[in-house]
Amino acid sequence: MDRSQGRTGGIASGTSTEPTTFTGNRALQIEEPLIFEMGQPGRCAVDLPEPPKVKERLNGLRRAGEIGLPGLAEPQVVQHYTRLSQKNYAIDMGVYPLGSCTMKHNPRINEKVARLPGIGDLHPLQPVSTVQGALELIDRLAHWLKTLTGMPAVAMSPAAGAHGEMCGMMAIAAALDARGERVRRKIVLAPESAHGTNPATAAALGFTVKPIPANERGRVDLAALKAALGPDVAAIMLTNPNTCGLFESEIVEISKAVHDAGAYFYCDGANFNAIVGRVRPGDLGVDCMHINLHKTFSTPHGGGGPGAGPVVLSAALAPYAPYPWIVKQGDAWTVAEDGAAVDGKPLGRLKAFHGQMGMFTRALAYIMSHGADGLKQAAEDAVLSANYVMAALGDIMTPAFDGPCMHEALFDDSFLKDTGVSTLDFAKAMIDEGYHPMTMYFPLVVHGAMLIEPTESVAKEDLDQFIGALRSLAERAKSGTAVEDFKAAPRFAPRRRLDETLAARKPILRWRPTNSFKQAAE
Amino acid sequence: MAEVKFSEEHEWISVDGEVGTVGITPYAQEQLGDVVFVDVPAAGRKIAKGESVAVVESVKAASDIYSPVSGEVVEANAALADTPGDVNTEPMGKGWFFKVKLSDKGELAGLMDEAAYDTFVKGLG
Repeated sequence: MDRSQGRTGGIASGTSTEPTTFTGNRALQIEEPLIFEMGQPGRCAVDLPEPPKVKERLNGLRRAGEIGLPGLAEPQVVQHYTRLSQKNYAIDMGVYPLGSCTMKHNPRINEKVARLPGIGDLHPLQPVSTVQGALELIDRLAHWLKTLTGMPAVAMSPAAGAHGEMCGMMAIAAALDARGERVRRKIVLAPESAHGTNPATAAALGFTVKPIPANERGRVDLAALKAALGPDVAAIMLTNPNTCGLFESEIVEISKAVHDAGAYFYCDGANFNAIVGRVRPGDLGVDCMHINLHKTFSTPHGGGGPGAGPVVLSAALAPYAPYPWIVKQGDAWTVAEDGAAVDGKPLGRLKAFHGQMGMFTRALAYIMSHGADGLKQAAEDAVLSANYVMAALGDIMTPAFDGPCMHEALFDDSFLKDTGVSTLDFAKAMIDEGYHPMTMYFPLVVHGAMLIEPTESVAKEDLDQFIGALRSLAERAKSGTAVEDFKAAPRFAPRRRLDETLAARKPILRWRPTNSFKQAAE
Repeated sequence: MAEVKFSEEHEWISVDGEVGTVGITPYAQEQLGDVVFVDVPAAGRKIAKGESVAVVESVKAASDIYSPVSGEVVEANAALADTPGDVNTEPMGKGWFFKVKLSDKGELAGLMDEAAYDTFVKGLG
């Protein structure tokens, strides 16, 4: 692309009444090309010596064309990626109220600890004698996880929440197999509002999923659950607090009914951050539960780092925990990988090496820097923040269920009824206000759902501004005079409303050279 | 007067002579939420009762649409490609999916009339 001709009138110029710029940029909103569209083919940022003349041994098999690498100098590369990084909305930039995802602040002490030379420079293939401290670190974290959940065992290696679900459900399947009931018990119950991964995990393991309806309070309908339980049920998969942000208040009756029917209780620990330090899942009769370290223990989320989903297990399921087991023999830590070293019937390996060591380090740093009282306070503050949001917006937006809620506030779209504004429009308008939208249209059981999770770490004045922005949007939506503005939102973002359906249906996943690029390369 | 029948999968079919017009019910569009994409079968395609013949995608989910009858597609609602929201605003009008030439009108007997469908929907809570 020849950028000497300017971009005036291009995409960035917005509506025709706005002033345009030569570059197409709008101050710091830079129209960033793809890296392949930059620079000059053949330019090299490194001064390499001429390669020596060698006898060709490829028997005529030579590249027909140029390799097509972008030709950029080092400053151009640095600037390109720095500018791209500035286009991202991140937890380090502002309120990120994505409900069900728990966009939790990543304390910098975690990063400092993870970069200590004795930890950051480890390699998983080092001799065990040289990683004794790392193994002790894993065991220390395991001890905390067992203590906080009130469970006797934990499998540390699963790589993320869904992987943890797989691990837990495989342990349940193995336990059923040992009882000779694997074939008979083929049904897994899951509430209608379950995370999609729950039924997906059960189905992937060959179970048949049966949904359990919610009652009018947004909790599991206990009578419907009891009616569904029988000798063909393997387990229930339940999130507590549930995806509506509500504590399953009949959880003890639920687990008793499940156990009386001979089934197991898988708890999805995605929302453990709301109850850690207050409630021990083991006391509720949970048989296994994965813990998303990024949600409850502040490790980086999504693209910010690999996941880690340790699974705590009851005494009944503990023997099936997958390898490796970190075991202390005398004074030495070992990584047990065969039946001779462990007292159980492990599933085998679910993952290479020991688990996500970098995440273990950060999670333990978080736990130890907070202490038991700090963890409890973080959970309480998360719940307080969500209830503050619900109370502050309850008169102008419509909470889906009566409060109090737990760590997330769920609204439906009935306050938008007959305004012409949809949940999607409302969420897009939040972008103009400088916020990442909340989770929308999930959970599916609530019409036009808006799920807001402020987390514990948003300062009150920041939360007040966020609430003010939502109140303002709700008022404008209800005024009936701003429908066109909502339909056009976001209006101030570098790109306007994108065709998300087209992008999902016909994604353009790779750059292809244009003719001018090919000519320039020749 | 065209005869309108309903399936348990929440499709409607309005039969006029040999040709039935198929779409999804107001209840179905309400459950789906804002429809953003509809994929309808091409004219000429032979379809069987119960076969997955179309896809409707909303902000919440993508769902298969099952043909309530067997036959041959004679016309697809091409306008839905540009205005999928018609499925929400006029599910039984402009939001129709496709027209099918029935190969076995006897299949209609297995579908519900409007009163039976209303009762069926009420039973879903």
